Amino acid sequence: MNLIKVNNLNLSIHEKEILKGLSFEGKAGEILGIIGESGSGKSMTANSIIKLLPFGSSVTGEIILQNKNLLETSEEEMCTIRGRDIGFIFQEPMTALNPLKTIGEQVSEVIRIHKKINKFDALNSAATILDRVGLPQTDFPSTRYPFELSGGQRQRVVIAMAIAIKPKLIIADEPSTALDVTTQAKLIKLLKKLVIEDNICLIMITHDLSVIAEMADKIIIMRNGEIVERGKINILKNGLKNDYSKNLLKASNYKSKNLNKKISNQTLLKVDNISRHYSDNSFRFFGEKKVFKAVKNVSFSINYNENVGLVGESGCGKSTITRAILGLDPIINGKIILEGDEIKASNVSKNIRKKLQVVFQDPYGSFNPRHNVLKLISEPLYLEQSQISDYEKLNIVKELLERVGLNAEDHKKFIHEFSGGQRQRIAIARSLILKPKLIILDEAVSALDVSIRAQILDLLVELSESYGLSYLFISHDLSLVKSITSRVLVMKSGQIVESGNTKDIFNSPSHAYTKSLIASSPNLESSLRRLT
Amino acid sequence: MLEYFFRRVVTLFFTLVFASIIIFVSLEIIPGDPASYMLGINAQEDTVIALKKELGLDKPKFERYLIWVKGMLIGDFGVSYTYRSPVIEMVGERLWVSLPLAIYALLLSTIIALPVGIFAAANRGKILDFSIMGFTQIGIAIPNFWFAMLLVYLFAIILRWFSAGGFAGWEDGIILGLKSLTLPAIALALPQASILARVMRSSLIDILSEDFMKTARAKGLSFKKALISHGIRNALIPVLTIIGLQFSFLMAGAIIIENVFFLPGLGRLIFQSIAQRDIIVVESVIMLLVFSVVLVTFIVDIAYVIVDPRLRSSIL
Repeated sequence: MNLIKVNNLNLSIHEKEILKGLSFEGKAGEILGIIGESGSGKSMTANSIIKLLPFGSSVTGEIILQNKNLLETSEEEMCTIRGRDIGFIFQEPMTALNPLKTIGEQVSEVIRIHKKINKFDALNSAATILDRVGLPQTDFPSTRYPFELSGGQRQRVVIAMAIAIKPKLIIADEPSTALDVTTQAKLIKLLKKLVIEDNICLIMITHDLSVIAEMADKIIIMRNGEIVERGKINILKNGLKNDYSKNLLKASNYKSKNLNKKISNQTLLKVDNISRHYSDNSFRFFGEKKVFKAVKNVSFSINYNENVGLVGESGCGKSTITRAILGLDPIINGKIILEGDEIKASNVSKNIRKKLQVVFQDPYGSFNPRHNVLKLISEPLYLEQSQISDYEKLNIVKELLERVGLNAEDHKKFIHEFSGGQRQRIAIARSLILKPKLIILDEAVSALDVSIRAQILDLLVELSESYGLSYLFISHDLSLVKSITSRVLVMKSGQIVESGNTKDIFNSPSHAYTKSLIASSPNLESSLRRLT
Repeated sequence: MLEYFFRRVVTLFFTLVFASIIIFVSLEIIPGDPASYMLGINAQEDTVIALKKELGLDKPKFERYLIWVKGMLIGDFGVSYTYRSPVIEMVGERLWVSLPLAIYALLLSTIIALPVGIFAAANRGKILDFSIMGFTQIGIAIPNFWFAMLLVYLFAIILRWFSAGGFAGWEDGIILGLKSLTLPAIALALPQASILARVMRSSLIDILSEDFMKTARAKGLSFKKALISHGIRNALIPVLTIIGLQFSFLMAGAIIIENVFFLPGLGRLIFQSIAQRDIIVVESVIMLLVFSVVLVTFIVDIAYVIVDPRLRSSIL
């Protein structure tokens, strides 16, 4: 008996077709994975089920939940169904909770909406539910406010709200994407446990095949609002029929071409015992200033032609190091030396800037939307000593565009005309224009869809070989570092806890933290191996 | 929390000291000597000197500053040069008009603006929203003295519901006093309410697109209930800032409206005193206004902390 049955679901928003003829069903006690890249319509599918759609949407078809067609249900009745029969878990735990209400109030609110119960009893049951999702009252009293919790803890509160009155259907929209790998692993475990204990049907929406391979019973793969592949989870192993899904699997399991370059034994960048503390700058009458030690006595070096990975979870100090190397933020002690010149935040010479470039996570945010691509890419050229004619500039930019896999004529376009992956290619072209020695890639591929990510990684490998570049590849995702670097540094709470040859660290990590990072990062290969 | 409170109080104190210096110095710079002004152009040199001595104007400037500040601390604001009556009494009388007027106007503007802003935000993009926004635009654009004159024309001259001006005093009952403040309060409140409604609307629209509003809907709250229990309080934080600024403006900025309605308020007092070079009155009234502005800012700062738990923890 199906708990939910979606039949020929079509959605258009302002006449634009978003979902086309979706049909799928879910049973109690089952995890249904909906997989797709950005723009595939997976989130809109979830929003259609709870009927929280943007203005101007029109839906046709059937969504049958426990013998009731939700599309024919009034908004008033939907209010009784949301929360009671359908629980919802969102992607962004940092913003999914009301900042002004305590977590107890927010969880108990669900109970009070749907049951006749007084405030006190509701708060008590909320405490029990919070305990169930791993937030015991002793450590996390329900009088806490969301800002006092970490991302993973907040996501537990969101889960507590979703399961508060034991709905039969839970929809989770990328619930672990914004979280660190160790936190993600714990949350997946929690969700699996709840599905079994409460006999829930969980619809798990994600872009990440490795997450789904670890938990789902059935999967749907979506593209451009259509289902391109469906079946039991083991179709991932050897039953995929559609070309797109085959490619998706391949990209998720991506291994870049092996790095094939000779690493020099001369040092390019030396980071010598640097520290950076942040203190709150407010004037205080009593007590000492609170000091946060973001980076504590960190030393490492990068040789010519070497790719080094820097891995750690959010808040470990990775970005602080990037900023220090770029000379954007002063360090309190230690030295950073690039080819014999010291980098000081107060005074970074043009010469240093030329040798050092950076590519950030969000390519869109790092471009001026009013400049065309020619101007965006050629902007760093002002650092060159000699004047470069416009004609020369144009030729350099055209050549670079082709080098990074774009069309030479794209130089006329503006940044909003490109997709995320293309923007990142433009960012890479910009970083190459001065022929730098070192490029810092700060989560440069983290925001990209897997298939695009694979292409960009390939490009990066190729460029580093042909230009003889060194990379400092910063990421929270171990699997990315594995394919592109020869040496890796693992960072935790402002310190480097382990460093060494990338292969060695993956094969035999020695520090407990590295071990847990490797163990908890979802591994598609091993998950697939387990499937029968 | 205590430290935060303490720090605010210290800030308040220093602001007042700084303001008193600025006020004293700038009024010293203004040309015109009160003594010669009072005695007229034909006064004898020695009479002027005698009067100066009587008023204490012959003492060194720094000493006069200290006397002035010391007096204020013990509630003695000096004696008016022109009326020869204690400043504190003159100000006290006027304060009983200006303060109720400011509070009345602020209440009116808040009571009108918040629901209107919320209503517009909830019906965003619809005709209702557009018309409300249009009206508030007009409300901001109309000069309030002109609006005041329209009010007088309609309610006092044609309908005869209110008197055209003057203040009935509080002796004959609160109702009568309030009645004579009603038209001025409306005239003052209109532009304030228009601004406040727009701030409320845009602040709430920002909040409506927040993720936690979707969470609230997914819990089973209707749009309206989600708006009330999750939206409004979050949207109120920027609104508080504007309310604080408006109160200060209403206390000090009512000069024109007081003149239109012949109200014996602080605004008119300052106006007259400046014209008569009654510096001691000007100084004291401005100081009082500064004090009220600083005090309201202080209250708003405390209110933030009550509304927003994030601030509460950052100051603990």
